[in-house]
Amino acid sequence: MNKTIEILFPEFCNLYGDISNMKYLQKCIPEANFIETNFGEEPAFVKNDVDLIYMGPMTEKMQEKVIEKLKPYKQRIEELIEKNTVFLITGNAIEIFGKYIENEDESKIEALGIFDIYSKRNMMKRHNSNFIGKYENIEIVGFKSQFTQSYGNNEENYFAKVEKGIGLNPESILEGIQKNNFIATYLIGPILILNPEFTKKILQKMGIEEPKVAFEQDVKNAYEQRLKELKKL
Amino acid sequence: MKKNFKFYIVLYLAKLSRIALKIIGRDATYFPGKLAVTLCPDFLGRIDKPKTIIGVTGTNGKTTVCNMIEDCLKENGYEFIDNHLGSNINSGLASTLIEGANLLGKQKKDLAVFEIDERSAVKIYPYITPTYLVCTNLFRDSLKRNAHTEFISNILTNNIPKETKLILNGDDLIVSGLAPENERVYFGIDRLETDLEKCENIVRDITVCPKCDTKLEYDFVRYNHVGRAHCPKCDFASPKINYEVTNIDFEKMKMWVKDEQKEENYDIINNNIINIYNMLATIAVLKEIGLTRNQINSVLKNQKIVDTRYSKEKIKNIEIITQLSKGMNPIACSRAFDYVRKEEGNKAVFVLLDDLHEAANSSENIAWHYDTDYEFLNSESIKQILTAGARYLDTYVRLQMADIPKEKIVYGRDEISLVDKLNLEGIDKVFILHDLYSIDLKNQIKKKVEEKILEK
Repeated sequence: MNKTIEILFPEFCNLYGDISNMKYLQKCIPEANFIETNFGEEPAFVKNDVDLIYMGPMTEKMQEKVIEKLKPYKQRIEELIEKNTVFLITGNAIEIFGKYIENEDESKIEALGIFDIYSKRNMMKRHNSNFIGKYENIEIVGFKSQFTQSYGNNEENYFAKVEKGIGLNPESILEGIQKNNFIATYLIGPILILNPEFTKKILQKMGIEEPKVAFEQDVKNAYEQRLKELKKL
Repeated sequence: MKKNFKFYIVLYLAKLSRIALKIIGRDATYFPGKLAVTLCPDFLGRIDKPKTIIGVTGTNGKTTVCNMIEDCLKENGYEFIDNHLGSNINSGLASTLIEGANLLGKQKKDLAVFEIDERSAVKIYPYITPTYLVCTNLFRDSLKRNAHTEFISNILTNNIPKETKLILNGDDLIVSGLAPENERVYFGIDRLETDLEKCENIVRDITVCPKCDTKLEYDFVRYNHVGRAHCPKCDFASPKINYEVTNIDFEKMKMWVKDEQKEENYDIINNNIINIYNMLATIAVLKEIGLTRNQINSVLKNQKIVDTRYSKEKIKNIEIITQLSKGMNPIACSRAFDYVRKEEGNKAVFVLLDDLHEAANSSENIAWHYDTDYEFLNSESIKQILTAGARYLDTYVRLQMADIPKEKIVYGRDEISLVDKLNLEGIDKVFILHDLYSIDLKNQIKKKVEEKILEK
């Protein structure tokens, strides 16, 4: 059966080349149905089940708008997480699902409150780092570039255990959030292109039994080179 | 801000360090200023400034616009200080002001031209009030430093002094919204035949009305968010242009610029739209300070784009074109790719965009490749794409993501030996697209391509 993938607000949630993750999925599963939900529209997941929901990083102003947009659907999102729907949430989109985002002046933006984390902005201190972390048996490689750090307890539901780089914040060794098939990570950029085995895992979670990724050997070569380089640093 | 005892001590130390560096033959355009702002963080506020300051900021084109402004001023007898040899952050400006000041901290010249890094707004504008500030454009730039355009436009709006007159690119809807309270004029280029109805770039950073969030209707798109648009719901629209290019004759290499008084023609030196924007920004600011068309055009028509940015040479029947394509800057690289695909003839293209510093010390974050329109290289007229450098495996994947057939791509770690695989059969033009820090590499490759053509 054809899979359905919903990309939330691609006209805004598209920083740092992250939308390429969906372009790569299109190459991996060309027969899948991709729905691009614009900000003015009701998300497809509200009335229909989809196989993957994707949301990428956005500006700080947009975070506030997206929180307001998704608030009416909080219950439905929780229901979908319980139903094992696959979510892939990258960059600062993770903060939408936490408790709140705190500005430098200590004012708070209430977020969806689905997970027990909160985020603090520091717009004059941008964090940049490389990353290696273990997700199940896969070494995930990637990059972080962000104005925020997140805090709170993700011991029971982290996405990857840090081998190099930082977790939710510089003191944390646990990166991102995973609950059932909901995966949210601060990693930015083409993480599916950078991590072919992880991409296969996502496809499996979507119910594809023998997943194949596009340009497999070439993507693997690039992955192995990066992993080697990052380990040396 | 008054000069205090500490200021004078720091000024003398900085001046002494400058003399010492000069004696030992070292570059003195950075350290004296760095020393001054480290020892006295408000140094820029305490040192005297020239009466008139022209600032130039924006993502792309700052250096070129500053160079053109400075050449025009120099040829017309103006005396001024500038930071063109130094850096465009606070310490670079401090170095220039230290050099321009006497021992009392007073400036010897009345005019300054400063290239100002947009990210450094917070450290510069509280102390320096440009009389005029040109903003060329605002695009996604190094994501590690500049994040996104909303961040940069916010820090500019929050820090540009109220007294500064802005000279803004009116075709860039992010730039035209900067510091809305400030006095301003706009420059822009009227609709061109090559303009589009729909954006064909990956990145477009303003799609909804900043006043009411309604989806903007673009009257035309030039590239990315550059073009003219209006809101179908409220009164928001691209601004009325004060210095407008109304016509460009690429055959005669002339353009017509209309201001409030008259329409005048100028000679253009290159058919790249980016250079026309840079010239127009220069004309607008120089007109604002009172130069005439003849004073400006007599200099601009003799401008040469420096070899490190662009060069063209014909060896036998093949042109070799080198083009700076700043790495980590997706829009600058996309413009270069667009330029290549639109040039006539069959082409081979070297893509050498890796950051050499990152290659030596880290593993470059390649996210920006996916904001860059590699898809433009997927053109029938581009017969071969050659890519090398630390990230060659990533670039190979990116080219495939752009649906470029594998058989057109040559890739490898070593840049120089790539030339051995260049296929000149039926090729009219060889492009070498290179990063800002790969000038030596570009020169070596160019030389080897020349030899290969001569051997043919």
